[in-house]
Amino acid sequence: MLRLGSREQWSPLGAAGVTALADLATDTTCAVQRLLGGRMFASRLAAMGVSIGAELTVLRNNRSGPVVVMVRGTRIALGRREAGKVLVEIGSAAAEARSDD
Amino acid sequence: MTPPGNSEGAGNRLVALAGQPNVGKTTVFNLLTGGAQHVGNWPGKTVRREEGLCRVGALQLQVVDLPGTYSLTAASDEERIARDFILRERPVVVVTADATGMERSLYLLAEIAQLDVPVVLGLNMMDVARAQGVQIEPHVLEAALGVPVVPLVAVRGEGREELLAAICRVLTDPARSHPSRPAFCCEVLGTMHRLLEGKVPVPYDPEWVALKLLEGDEELLAAARGWLGPTDWETVHGLLRTHEDAFLDVAGARYEWIERMVRAAVVRPRLGPIAVTDRLDRIATHPLWGRLLLALVLGLVFAATFGLGAPLQRWLDESVLAGLATAVGDGLGSAPEWFRGLLVEGVIGGAGRVATLIPVLVVFFAGMAVLEDSGYLARAAFLLDGVMHRIGLHGKSFFPLFLGFGCSVPAVLGSRIVESSRSRLLTILLAPLVPCTGRLVVVAFVGAVLFGNTAPLVAGGLVAANLLVLAAVGAVFSRWVIRGEREAFIMVLPLYHGPRLGSVMRAAATNTWAFVRRAGTLIVAAAVVVWALSNYPGPSPEHSVLGTVGRALEPAARLAGMDWRLVVATLSGFMAKENVIATLGILYGAEASAGLDAALATAVTAASGLAFLVVQMLFVPCISTIVAIRQETGGWRWPLANSGLQLMVALAGGAIVFQAAQILGLGV
Repeated sequence: MLRLGSREQWSPLGAAGVTALADLATDTTCAVQRLLGGRMFASRLAAMGVSIGAELTVLRNNRSGPVVVMVRGTRIALGRREAGKVLVEIGSAAAEARSDD
Repeated sequence: MTPPGNSEGAGNRLVALAGQPNVGKTTVFNLLTGGAQHVGNWPGKTVRREEGLCRVGALQLQVVDLPGTYSLTAASDEERIARDFILRERPVVVVTADATGMERSLYLLAEIAQLDVPVVLGLNMMDVARAQGVQIEPHVLEAALGVPVVPLVAVRGEGREELLAAICRVLTDPARSHPSRPAFCCEVLGTMHRLLEGKVPVPYDPEWVALKLLEGDEELLAAARGWLGPTDWETVHGLLRTHEDAFLDVAGARYEWIERMVRAAVVRPRLGPIAVTDRLDRIATHPLWGRLLLALVLGLVFAATFGLGAPLQRWLDESVLAGLATAVGDGLGSAPEWFRGLLVEGVIGGAGRVATLIPVLVVFFAGMAVLEDSGYLARAAFLLDGVMHRIGLHGKSFFPLFLGFGCSVPAVLGSRIVESSRSRLLTILLAPLVPCTGRLVVVAFVGAVLFGNTAPLVAGGLVAANLLVLAAVGAVFSRWVIRGEREAFIMVLPLYHGPRLGSVMRAAATNTWAFVRRAGTLIVAAAVVVWALSNYPGPSPEHSVLGTVGRALEPAARLAGMDWRLVVATLSGFMAKENVIATLGILYGAEASAGLDAALATAVTAASGLAFLVVQMLFVPCISTIVAIRQETGGWRWPLANSGLQLMVALAGGAIVFQAAQILGLGV
């Protein structure tokens, strides 16, 4: 089966102010900046509301196990691995920052 | 069970229900059809297919419930099924959306709008949205979307007539539905569209295919390679590589479209009070309190299922079935012995197995429906996901597996609560490896005879070892046997609401009835066969076909320290695990259980006994479970694979334990 390249080799440290969703504390609001982990994964996330630019609020991050976020009026639980692949920018201003390269 | 096609009869029109999980699609289905008339599997899949009929005037609507999906990219069996059905059958598609989470649930509509089929939007849970202060103007939304929009409170039956009227409107005049479509403006889409034009076979649309290729749809990527010549494919492939991120723009464009559609039609409260859901979630998803609550809920489900179900089961078994068997036996006084045996032990015995499972199944399915309906199930899955992921499963799989301690049949059937077909299959295959009460009874009885005071320790060790085997099989299967990537854990946590009696009862009744109707006859037939095998040609199991097989298998069983009698006893458990004790009684020549104690203790060494118990824990499941697996996976492939696997694991486990025990000096 043909596989199109994913972007996992990209380092999140390259961009300032960008963190993985998995590292955010409860009650933080942020905007999705980038989705790692391949096309199918990102498409699934997008279908559930986590698309580039979407505003997220962390409702629960227990430091182990899945992370719960509020996005587009819906509560979504993301596995820790998955939450590590959602890169976000903190702060409400970031909501405008739609990054395309 | 092949579902009927859509072309039979002029007045028979096809309606497909689409919707994301947790939007109340099943309730809408029941609202329209009053419950499924055909329940089966989608061809070749472990995904359930429900179908019902609904009459509106002269029109007969054939309503097909599509699997719940978030989008229509062929990422899972469910999505492939929903998409292929819409593309091939061209039904009227009723999209159910959740009025409380409209932006997310309109994403599927944004995809379906692209498919050129008549669409009706059902906005469900209007009451909950209203209670949250969300104001929705269906007419404004209808004007923006270009498709009929019907507000629904499906659980209370509100909106049925309006929904039916809207379906009939688009059926008689398809122009009533001319969905507005998201605009995708990236250049690469246009280029690909031109390359695909004229090369894409029906029912596909070149623009839609181009879009799906950009989204990385693997099924269409493989197909497009064949449709295009090598040169064009190279171009397309090159374009896809240089526009890896285009799919993000596609998703972005859909949400922009949704926001535009919703803007005028929906007014949200500025800052509502902290929702009840959030307040409850502070406890339910808390690392400590959440787990305590979960333990309590699990205990309740188990206690309810077997506390309410088991006495009913016993009553059915002892009063109703025993009475029936005696009555039939007496009534057939003049009939030949074999006929009486066949009827009383085979048919009534087999039907009894089915009947006595009913109370347990009803209570379990009702309990699960309460948890699912109230929204708690998603929280439990959230808490259990870490543990379950290690064996390649989804958090929700814990519930059916847990039920396996009671009986494997509800465990197998309960796997329905797991959404993804891959996780569901794995759950089904692992369920019989959870030691059920039948197996535990054998272990308790034989263990007590052979090990005396250390019996509880032995039993505990056996259960622990059994669960380790389960985890190992799960890890192996999820990596190498059941193909498909371990799916990402992304799950919606729905709003909490009180469970509704009607939908709980309906879930319990439909699921139980589906089992009885489809597995019932098969279990009875199998029971008759097993009865015949263990009684013919000789007067007792010793001289039966089963006995002969047992003797033939003795050389292999010797490895596990088992003689032919232990083999025959094990085989007799095929009917029901509890039978093992009765067979031991017959074979070791003792009628009363006290006599059996002594006979077993002298005839079986500790090493053989331990190996025998290991085999009991791991051996091929009983016939009811096998039939349940067949029903849920839609064929004989998986039940046979499961039986083969358990046979091997049981023999290997028995042999290892026997040899090790002999080395340790338990052989005397």
